[in-house]
Amino acid sequence: MSASSAFNDEKGGSSSVGEPEYGHDPASGGIFSSDYKRHDDLKEMLDSNKDALKLEAMKRIVAMIARGKNASDLFPAVVKNVACKNIEVKKLVYVYLVRYAEEQQDLALLSISTFQRGLKDPNQLIRASALRVLSSIRVTIIVPIMMLAIKEAASDMSPYVRKTAAHAIPKLYSLDPEQKDQLIEVIEKLLADKTTLVAGSVVMAFEEVCPERIDLIHKNYRKLCNLLIDVEEWGQVVIINMLTRYARTQFLNPNINESLLEEGGGGDKTFYCSDEDEDEDEEKEKQAEVSALAKRKPYVMDPDHRLLLRNTKPLLQSRNAAVVMAVAQLYFHLAPKAEVGVIAKALVRLLRSHSEVQFVVLQNVATMTIKRRGMFEPYLKSFYIRSTDPTQIKILKLEVLTNLANETNISTILREFQTYIKSMDKDFVAATIQAIGRCATNIGEVRDTCLNGLVQLLSNRDELVVAESVVVIKKLLQMQPEKHSDIIKHMAKLTDNIQVPMARASILWLIGEYCEHVPKIAPDVLRKMAKSFTNEEDIVKLQIINLAAKLYLTNSKQTKLLTQYVLNLAKYDQNYDIRDRARFIRQLIVPTEKSGALSKYAKKLFLALKPAPVLESPFKDRDHFQLGSLSHLLNAKAGGYQELPDWPESAPDPSVRNVEVPEWTKCSSREKRKEKKVEKPFYSDSEGESGPTESADSEPDTGSGSESVSVSVESGSPSDSEESEESSESDEDEEEEEKEKKKKKKEIKQMQASESEQSSEDDRKRDRKIKEQKSNSESESDEDSESESSQSESSDTESEVEVKKKKKVSEPKPPSKPLKKEKKEMSLLDLDDFEPTPSPQVTPVNTFLSNSLVTDLEGLSLSDSVLSPATIAPSSALKNYELLHRITGEGLSVEYCFSRQAFSPDANMVAVQMHFTNNATSDTKNLHIEDVKLQSGMRVKEFAEIELLPAGEATTAVMGVDFCDSTQAANFQLCTHTRKFFVSIQPPVGELMRPVFLTENEFKKEQSQLMGMNEISENLTLDAKCRNEHAIVQRVTTAANLSRVPCGSDKECRFAGKTVTSGSLVLATVATKDEGAAQLTVNCEKMVIGTMLVKDLLLALTQ
Amino acid sequence: MIHSLFLVNASGDIFLEKHWKSVVSRSVCDYFFEAQERATEPENVPPVISTPHHYLISVLRHRIYFVAVIQSEVPPLFVIEFLHRVVDTFQDYFGVCTEAAIKDNVVVVYELLEEMLDNGFPLATESNILKELIKPPTILRTMVNTITGSTNVGEQLPTGQLSVVPWRRTGVKYTNNEAYFDVVEEIDAIIDKSGSTITAEIQGVIDACVKLTGMPDLTLSFMNPRLLDDVSFHPCVRFKRWEAERILSFIPPDGNFRLLSYHVSSQNLVAIPVYVKHNITFREGSSQGRFDLTLGPKQTMGKAVEAVLVSSQLPRGVLNANLNPSQGTYTFDPVTKLLTWDVGKINPQKLPSLKGTMSLQAGASKPDENPTINIQLKIQQMAISGLKVNRLDMYGEKYKPFKGIKYMTKAGKFQVRT
Repeated sequence: MSASSAFNDEKGGSSSVGEPEYGHDPASGGIFSSDYKRHDDLKEMLDSNKDALKLEAMKRIVAMIARGKNASDLFPAVVKNVACKNIEVKKLVYVYLVRYAEEQQDLALLSISTFQRGLKDPNQLIRASALRVLSSIRVTIIVPIMMLAIKEAASDMSPYVRKTAAHAIPKLYSLDPEQKDQLIEVIEKLLADKTTLVAGSVVMAFEEVCPERIDLIHKNYRKLCNLLIDVEEWGQVVIINMLTRYARTQFLNPNINESLLEEGGGGDKTFYCSDEDEDEDEEKEKQAEVSALAKRKPYVMDPDHRLLLRNTKPLLQSRNAAVVMAVAQLYFHLAPKAEVGVIAKALVRLLRSHSEVQFVVLQNVATMTIKRRGMFEPYLKSFYIRSTDPTQIKILKLEVLTNLANETNISTILREFQTYIKSMDKDFVAATIQAIGRCATNIGEVRDTCLNGLVQLLSNRDELVVAESVVVIKKLLQMQPEKHSDIIKHMAKLTDNIQVPMARASILWLIGEYCEHVPKIAPDVLRKMAKSFTNEEDIVKLQIINLAAKLYLTNSKQTKLLTQYVLNLAKYDQNYDIRDRARFIRQLIVPTEKSGALSKYAKKLFLALKPAPVLESPFKDRDHFQLGSLSHLLNAKAGGYQELPDWPESAPDPSVRNVEVPEWTKCSSREKRKEKKVEKPFYSDSEGESGPTESADSEPDTGSGSESVSVSVESGSPSDSEESEESSESDEDEEEEEKEKKKKKKEIKQMQASESEQSSEDDRKRDRKIKEQKSNSESESDEDSESESSQSESSDTESEVEVKKKKKVSEPKPPSKPLKKEKKEMSLLDLDDFEPTPSPQVTPVNTFLSNSLVTDLEGLSLSDSVLSPATIAPSSALKNYELLHRITGEGLSVEYCFSRQAFSPDANMVAVQMHFTNNATSDTKNLHIEDVKLQSGMRVKEFAEIELLPAGEATTAVMGVDFCDSTQAANFQLCTHTRKFFVSIQPPVGELMRPVFLTENEFKKEQSQLMGMNEISENLTLDAKCRNEHAIVQRVTTAANLSRVPCGSDKECRFAGKTVTSGSLVLATVATKDEGAAQLTVNCEKMVIGTMLVKDLLLALTQ
Repeated sequence: MIHSLFLVNASGDIFLEKHWKSVVSRSVCDYFFEAQERATEPENVPPVISTPHHYLISVLRHRIYFVAVIQSEVPPLFVIEFLHRVVDTFQDYFGVCTEAAIKDNVVVVYELLEEMLDNGFPLATESNILKELIKPPTILRTMVNTITGSTNVGEQLPTGQLSVVPWRRTGVKYTNNEAYFDVVEEIDAIIDKSGSTITAEIQGVIDACVKLTGMPDLTLSFMNPRLLDDVSFHPCVRFKRWEAERILSFIPPDGNFRLLSYHVSSQNLVAIPVYVKHNITFREGSSQGRFDLTLGPKQTMGKAVEAVLVSSQLPRGVLNANLNPSQGTYTFDPVTKLLTWDVGKINPQKLPSLKGTMSLQAGASKPDENPTINIQLKIQQMAISGLKVNRLDMYGEKYKPFKGIKYMTKAGKFQVRT
């Protein structure tokens, strides 16, 4: 700052004498009073014992600091008052201290003890403020004291003090980066804090101290997501930005599913082909399997990824522009393409805000429009320019409009541009002309229109406008010069008038480049230019030389002398570039005895075809910077910018985000384990297997590989688990195979053989096999009897019967067997993921299941006489979803499937059958559901608490969920007596409906009422294995819980269902055509359901 | 985060500086002054300026630049939003946010800035919390303070920061309990030469002034909530409830606040309340131009259009204007070439008009651009979108509050191209 402005400041200060803080000070009256004298006065006031005087002095000192004047020599006098009773004096002393402590380190130490005392104060607010000031004093000596204070405050009872501790962390870090490791410990501790007050501040500290330690976030990820909405707005911004980065490292790209899907599907098919026998019946089964796999294979968003997207979305409604922008960039970088659109509306809303906000938002919108144009197209008009907008906003809006231009809206945009050209703001007009040029290059249809418009501008009175037009026309002409020799002629005439160097240079270049199109004019232009050569700007001179050279090469007869003249002039030019160029060109084009090999190629050099320039947005590729960041705005990496990582190829282990047991529960669980040690002999007796001493020490979660019989063996070392997976796969095969009636025995043998190859030495396993076989035969016998009855009832083809049978198998068996035997069997079967049939042990389930069985049978008997394939809802191969992996569940694994049974307690609920397997060495007790978090309207009917699930046993339970006809997940905690697991159930859309029976006429009638918006149809090519009616029926009914509607035509398959909650009709039609082409039509009142169903069915039919 | 803050006035003097970390020399502002010189208009100074060691992020409000110095990556909107919040707080405290007001209250300003940021990270930005910490100066308090030497700093500790509703003070007491809501809608429109609407949209806000004792829990419901297309809320509004039932449910902050701002869905046709007949021509070769403007009401639903103010930036070639208004007064600034016409109320029987001539620079060619006409207006007791509040209920407290709702329509960025 110059001396004069300092003088002004002085005056400014003294002119405000009238205010109280100066009022009592006689010395401040004039500019002549020396600082020295004035400070003496202040010192006196500070030393007095009247608070009022002290306050007065402090106010004046603070006013000095505010004006940027040095008040450091008062330090000793001020620092004495740090313990003053008066709060305002104290506060002002703090302000002073923080400002000058760095300069007067020794004296500053005098105040430290006061703050140390403050740290112990019973009042949380005093503790907090003491820590705040202490940490703000930048004196290296007190680093250990600060460290201690921060550590203590981090475990303070009061969240406010903890928040202050979080704030203090970056302060200490900037003072002494050596403390990083210790600070990270504190950060780790504070990250685990559950209060909203702390969350924002600690993430801020995390970002400043250790942004690379992404591993610290894992355990807190879900908590942060859930707290987010209640955190204060500034914290939200920081957390959202951090989570964006986190998500990029932990989840898969949601937009690559298509390619992945194809690969995955194909690979599995071949696997199966090689693995299985040549049975013709297998064909169908394989299809079912493949379709099931196809459903599993395509990109499934990690529930944690979904959680983040869901929890940030409401924040688009925040009043804080920074929060809205943060969410917008999160969606842009993380959300599936289809969902990004939601941010457009919110961003457009920000355009109503202050011009600085507009500036930043428009920059980001400009970048987004390049990648996702469609998103902002509906808001085109919001980017129209008003004459009152500041120029920088106008130019950014223009950029956005240009990016949004396409064939359909270009005429409106050009009409807008026409008005802009008349604006008084010439910079803006120039930018508009550039924008027109870009539209013309991007959209071929309007190129001629634009060119004509620009040519008209050439007669504009404003030279800047003309010049800019010339430059743009030059670029456009370069694309198709042949057509436009008139324009070139017209421009040649302009050289007489236009004075703007850039425009003159452009015209000369054009004439030189296309001199063969204007053979008569070109030499004349050169003649004129040669005359005025000495008065031209450098850039024009260079182009004159250029023109001369080109003409010499094409038309040396007429222009030889002119060229010589120009080159001679240039030779003695002041500018060395021009001299240089002249020398170079002379050597190149004028053949002399010395001229080198190059002169032969002169023509090629000068008259080579130049590629047309590509007019690109300056915002292209800016999105490699995280949107909304300073670096993005500047298009340069700012200090401390954290790169946005690329998506990982394969997702890292999602279980790292599972939350640990709080310490106290761990302790208690250990105690309980000890108790169990006592109990153990009892169990081992009954099982007759495990040695009590062995299992006592084995950790259920780590699976230390102890030799206890239970599953901890399996979940232990990686090789083991691999094996178990393998065997589980083969078990799945078994599962399928069981359903095969004809070949069953042979297959079981074969399977046994293959099993024994894998792990034959294990006695236990062999035992199991035998048992399994037994159970198979049992279930088969059940099946047989049932299928016989249904066979006699239904008059349908075999395959359908088969389908029905599969259903029967997948249903739990009626609890006819003696309980004891069953239990024994289970303990032998404990080994792994053998879960084709949920075991029917638990009584509440039994009642329910038998109920459903009865209704099923009723349905059958009802349908028998009337029908036909229609009523049968073949729910073959129920797909199992994992709810809780046994590793994250510490031995407890839970899977669920949608049983497609009516949920008897509440008809509006979808029945979810859960299969619990306790793989741990210890019993699990009190399995129940807690803390259900649902979208509004959704309801859950919990299953009855499972009191005891002994080690190694499995059980099933059924719960009902009313999903409210949406595919929103139901989140809840699954609690055992020791642990709580966050889990969520997300239904595929096909499970949100139940079959209804309609006749053909009814179907047609209903369909005709659901036309227009409610009808969605898609053309598709059926998968090669899915060209017959059965296959189609099977695939559709697998994908969605619909029932078939009878139909006269064999070219059409129709299906009907109702959504579970609202009972809206869902009608689906697959009309097959030649060559596997088909049309899928879904009619549903609920358009969302309809759209999603179409997507799912398409997938099922094409894969 | 935010390292330092400099306040720069229109003439380019730094009149206040505040540092939250170590001190940054004020010479860093030289880069800002350079950019300021380069910009033709004050509002064209780029909000973000990169210098070798720092980044300057500035906002311009009330002809004061608030220049924040940043050292490392931070979302620019974060800083901009914060700076605007600072200005809003000053305005809230001092009534106006001018250089004089800031200089007069420099100590309060300093105390506020100290509380608002800690180490550059926002700490307390809710005006209710700040007011608990630092009492806003009033004439009476200033006098009392001068005499008794008592302070502006709150005696009790800021408990608001600890509460679950950080936006509300605890222990609020009023003898008259009242809650007023103003529904204010603004029409943004661009009308083209021929009078057809190019774009028109309605933006609205609900500003509230709530003076209620204790911890009231209010719900406000609309007759036609479907009208609201895009909304943004004060943090006090419960989002879930709005999503599910379209009801605004909230524990209000004490005093004035903006409850909601919204955008009316664009499917609805926007009623344009006035029309403009204009004839502004410049003839080639003559030093005279014709100016002819008539306003008339269009779709006003029977309400009077008041406080109409027409302004237009005339081309640079115009030297002076000699006009004759049928009502109201007009001014023409020959330096900035800004024409303003204060019309007042539009009388449908006798339409206001402004007619006359403009004198142009002799010899200069006719300006080829036509001026844009900006219109401001007010319509009382009507929200142009038709939005209506259905009812306002209070829970949690026993007394009966006085409730009032006022509607108003204004022109926002309402432009007529000629």
